[in-house]
Amino acid sequence: MESHGTRANYIVGFVLAVVLTAIPFALVATQSLSRTQTVLVIAAAAVLQILVHLRFFLHMSFSRSPRENLLAVAFTAVLIFLMVGGSIWVMLDLHMRMAL
Amino acid sequence: MSTRPGTVAAHGGGGSEAAEIHDQRALGFWLYLMSDAIIFALLFMTYGIMVGNTDGGPTGKDLFSLSNAAYETALLLVSSMTFGFASLAARDGNRGAVLGWLAITFVLGAGFVFLEVREFVGMIGAGAGPDRSGFLSAFFTLVGTHGVHVSTGLIWILIMSGQIMVKGLTLPVTSRLFRLGLFWHFLDIAWVGIFSVVYLPGLM
Repeated sequence: MESHGTRANYIVGFVLAVVLTAIPFALVATQSLSRTQTVLVIAAAAVLQILVHLRFFLHMSFSRSPRENLLAVAFTAVLIFLMVGGSIWVMLDLHMRMAL
Repeated sequence: MSTRPGTVAAHGGGGSEAAEIHDQRALGFWLYLMSDAIIFALLFMTYGIMVGNTDGGPTGKDLFSLSNAAYETALLLVSSMTFGFASLAARDGNRGAVLGWLAITFVLGAGFVFLEVREFVGMIGAGAGPDRSGFLSAFFTLVGTHGVHVSTGLIWILIMSGQIMVKGLTLPVTSRLFRLGLFWHFLDIAWVGIFSVVYLPGLM
């Protein structure tokens, strides 16, 4: 986070992001895989692209980023997991009971 | 180079007071971004729960356009890179280049907002506004919140450009530019979530 990287850094990140965007868009445009397979590819490409953005645009790294920033990210991930996971659990349970 | 933002004092060597203030503010802004990430995560979750509740009205397949989503994605992604070039120019102390790259970033971001507003207006005109169904309420809240963030970023880019013109690339100015960069790149990450959760699954 503390450094701006280099021009090559941004260009590599950009090219990776373009590839990881083009693959899911092309799959949806051509409908060439089954629904489940397409969803899995979209999810995998999204996770990879977010990592690419964090690494090449926000310049995060485990070795160079300040410790507090990484701790904040880890804490946020825990909060999101609890709130999103908990809410989906409650709503799915409610959904099942409503259907009974 | 003294104008380089984020020469982290904690990493030893020449930890001036100004650099320390920059670090504190960068951390504070980072904490804000994390709280924003929680807001977006919860809006994504709400959308995921509500996406099937169309009340017999239009679904994503009827309303979304793959090409419009692709253009929006392209504009935002290129703008993330051009902002990176503005940051590099600021590090090199090249004021004209910073202003030029910021102007390009602004035009790309404004194009994104234009496409989004056009999409929203078209949907509302077709009777698919946020009051039509739970799905559409969640859609407009999630995508609209992102759009408001990008619009705020555009205003911030204008203010930063004004400061760079008037004050030059002083340490406080480059420190603010650094935080604006964090904000702008963060919004592109949120958009990756939006096209992966909203547009692509909606159009399958």
